[in-house]
Amino acid sequence: MKRGLAIYAALAYVFLHLPLATLVIFSFNASRFTLWEGFSLRWYQAVFTDADMADAAWNSVIIAIVSTVISTVAGTLTAYALWKRGSRLISGSLYLSLVTPEIVTGISLLAFFQWAFRWLGWHLGLYTVVLAHISFSIAYVAIVVAARLQTFDPALEEAAMDLGATEWRAFWRVTLPALTPGIVAAGLLALTISFDDYVITSLVAGVDSTTLPMVIYALARRGANPSINAISALIVVIFGAIILISERLREA
Amino acid sequence: MTRLRFWFLLPARLWFIVLFFAPLAIICAYSLLTRGVYGGVERPWTFENYRRMIDPLYGAILLRSILLSALATAICVVLAFPLALFISRATRRKSLYLHLVILPFWTSFLVRTYAWMFLLRDTGLVNTALIGLGFLRQPLPLLYNDGAVLLGLVYGFLPFMVLPLYATLERMDPALLEAAADLGARPWAVFFRVIVPLAKPGIWAGVALVFIPCLGAYLTPDLLGGGKSVMIGNLVQNQFTNARDWPFGSAVSLTLMLLTLAALGALYRRGPKELL
Repeated sequence: MKRGLAIYAALAYVFLHLPLATLVIFSFNASRFTLWEGFSLRWYQAVFTDADMADAAWNSVIIAIVSTVISTVAGTLTAYALWKRGSRLISGSLYLSLVTPEIVTGISLLAFFQWAFRWLGWHLGLYTVVLAHISFSIAYVAIVVAARLQTFDPALEEAAMDLGATEWRAFWRVTLPALTPGIVAAGLLALTISFDDYVITSLVAGVDSTTLPMVIYALARRGANPSINAISALIVVIFGAIILISERLREA
Repeated sequence: MTRLRFWFLLPARLWFIVLFFAPLAIICAYSLLTRGVYGGVERPWTFENYRRMIDPLYGAILLRSILLSALATAICVVLAFPLALFISRATRRKSLYLHLVILPFWTSFLVRTYAWMFLLRDTGLVNTALIGLGFLRQPLPLLYNDGAVLLGLVYGFLPFMVLPLYATLERMDPALLEAAADLGARPWAVFFRVIVPLAKPGIWAGVALVFIPCLGAYLTPDLLGGGKSVMIGNLVQNQFTNARDWPFGSAVSLTLMLLTLAALGALYRRGPKELL
C-alpha cells in the first residue's frame, strides 16, 4: 500500500509539473517547430527586442505595483477594523467578491465604468484596470491579514494602551510590526494575481492599456509561437520565486 | 477605541459602494431591460432575458457547464485523494511535497493553460512525437473539444482539492487505522470504511473549492475549447463583446452568480467552516 502510494504520488507530480517543464525546455529550442533542433536563446532575444511586449510588460508592472500598494494598505486596515469589531455587511461582501466568477466581476465593472463615464466623459484606460485590480485584491489581502490577526494576542495592545500609548500608537508600534510578515505575504500574493490577470483586465482595459497577459493571450490564439514559451518560462521562474518568499513569510 | 476603527473601515466602505454594490446593482438593472438598436440598453423593463435562458441553445451551454464542472470535480477527488494521503503519511520532506503541489498552481493560470495548448494542438508536442515515432500519420484532434476543456479544468484546480484533503488527513489519528487493522480489516476496508468517512469534511471543502471556480471558468473553455466547447463564462463574455446584448449578458451573469451561491450554500453546510 505504502509503496503503491509513493509510485502514484510520483506520477501525480509528473502530471502537475511536466506541462510547464516541457514548455520551459522548448523555449530553448532552436527551431520554430515542436521538433528539438538544438539549444538556442533566440526566442528570449525575440522577447527582449519586441517593443509591444516591452510596453505591455511595463503596463503590467505599473498596474501590479500601484494596485498592490493600495489594496495592501486598504486590505490591512479592513482586516484590522473587522478584527476590532465585525461587520457582516463588509466581511460578507469580501467573501462574496472572492467567490464571484472573474468574468462576472469583469463585466459588472465594465458596465459600471461605462455607465458612470457617460456622465463624466472619461474613457477606459490604465486607471480602470488599476481600480478593477484593487477591487479583487482587497479581499485576498484582508483574508490573509485576518488569518495572521487570529494568532495575535489582543492583550499586547491593551498593555501598550495601559502604559499610555494612544490607540494609533499601539496599532503602529505593537500590532503592525507583529503583522508585517503576513502583510508582505498578502502583498506578494496580490502582486502575482494582478500581474497574471487576463479575464477582468481585458474587459476593462482601454486601447492604450494592453498588459502582458493580453499579449500572451493574443499570441496563443494566433497559433504556435516559441516566443510565448520564452515569456512563459520567465513568468514561471519569477512567479515561483515570489510565491516561495511569500510562503516562507506566511509560515514565519 | 471605535474612532480608529471608523477611519480604518473607510476604504472598505468606499470599496463596497463603488466597486462592489454599484456594479452589481447596474447588472441587476440591465438584466431587466431591453437591448437597444445600436447595442445599448433601453426600456421597457422585462423578464424576457431570463426567459431566454431556458432556450435550448443556451440551456445546452448551462447544462454542459454544470456537467463538465461536476465531472472535473469528481476526477479531482479521485486523483487528489491518494496524493493527499501520501503527503500526510510522509515522514520526511512533507513541506517539500506540499510546495510541489502549491507551486504550479500559483504560476500564471494563463501560462498553465497555454502549456496544454502547446502539448495538444495539431502541431503540438504530443502529436509531433506520435507522428515522429510512427504511431500516427495524421495528427489526432486533441484540442478544441470537451475532453481538452475537462483536462484543463482538472489540471487547473487539482491543488484546490489536494490542500483541504491533506488538512483533514493530517489531523486524523493513526491509532484509528491501526485499531481497524488489528480488528481484522484489510487495507482496502480500512481505506473505504475508516479513512474516507473521516475525511468527508475535507472532501466537501475540496468539492466546493473546485466546483465553484469550474462553473465560472472562462479562460479554460476559451483557449482549450476554442469555441467548440462553450461554457457559461464564454456566453457572458460573448454577449458583452461580439453580440453586444448587454441585458441578456447581465441576466446570464446573474444566473451564473446564483448557481455559484447555490453550490456554495449546499456545500458549505457539509464542509468544515474554517476551510472555506
